[in-house]
Amino acid sequence: MNISDLAELTEAKIVVGDPKDPIQIERAFSSDFMSDVLTLENHMLVLITGLANLQLIRTVEMADIPVVLLCRNKKATQEMIELAKEIGIILLESPFSIFRASGVLYQNGIKPVY
Amino acid sequence: MELKFDIVGGDFNLAGRASSKIKKVLKQLGIDPKIIKRIVVAVYEAEVNVVAHSVGGRLFAQINSSEINVRVVDDGPGITNIEQAMTVGFSTASKEVREMGFGAGMGLPNIKKNTDEMTIESELEKGTSLSFTNRF
Repeated sequence: MNISDLAELTEAKIVVGDPKDPIQIERAFSSDFMSDVLTLENHMLVLITGLANLQLIRTVEMADIPVVLLCRNKKATQEMIELAKEIGIILLESPFSIFRASGVLYQNGIKPVY
Repeated sequence: MELKFDIVGGDFNLAGRASSKIKKVLKQLGIDPKIIKRIVVAVYEAEVNVVAHSVGGRLFAQINSSEINVRVVDDGPGITNIEQAMTVGFSTASKEVREMGFGAGMGLPNIKKNTDEMTIESELEKGTSLSFTNRF
C-alpha cells in the first residue's frame, strides 16, 4: 500500500513526507508501548499509535520503521516534525481510533507483524 | 574510534542522541543494516534505562573494523536484584516513564537479545555498569 492510499483510507493528513513517496507498506503494528515496538524484527511497516512525543520518533528511528500513523486525533509537536524530517520518517495524523485505523488497513490488505 | 556521551537522568527529550549518532557512524562505515538495527536498539534501550531509572550517567562506544563495544555507567541508585531486572515483564518504572511509552520490563532482556555479549554489574547507591559487544 502506498502513502496516499494509507492517508485516504484513514482520513489522515500527511504531516511529514511526500504523498508520492515510492515506499510500499505491507505490515502494521499498533502500540502505545515503545518497549514493544523495539522488539520488532520486521521492517517496512507502519506504526499505528496514540503516543505523540519525541521518543516515538526516536524509537521508530532505531527500529527502522519508515511510517508512523498518529491516531485518536493526536497532533505531532514541532519537535517531532523536525526530527521526523531530519531522519526521513513519514508522519501522518488520523482522527480515527487505533482500532478503527487498524481495522480499515487490515481490511485493505495490510498484514499484522505477528 | 571512541565516542562518549553524557546521559541526563530524567530528561527523555535527550534520550536517543547517543544511539542516533552511533547509527549515523555505523551507516557511514557501511555496516549491514540488520546488524546496525540490533546495535542501535540495544544502545537506545540502555540510554532510556539510564534516563528512566538513574540520576544520570555516561555512554562510551568503541568501534573498530570488526566490532563495537558499548559501556554504559550510571551514578545510581543501582539495581536491587539483577536477575529480576532481566526478567521479561518485570519493571520498577514510574507512572511518568510508562506514560512516555516505556517501562514494560523489556529493556534489559531486549538488550541481551540484540547483542553478542552482555554483562551487567550493579551496586546499590553506587550505580550500574552495563557492557555489550556486537561483532560486524
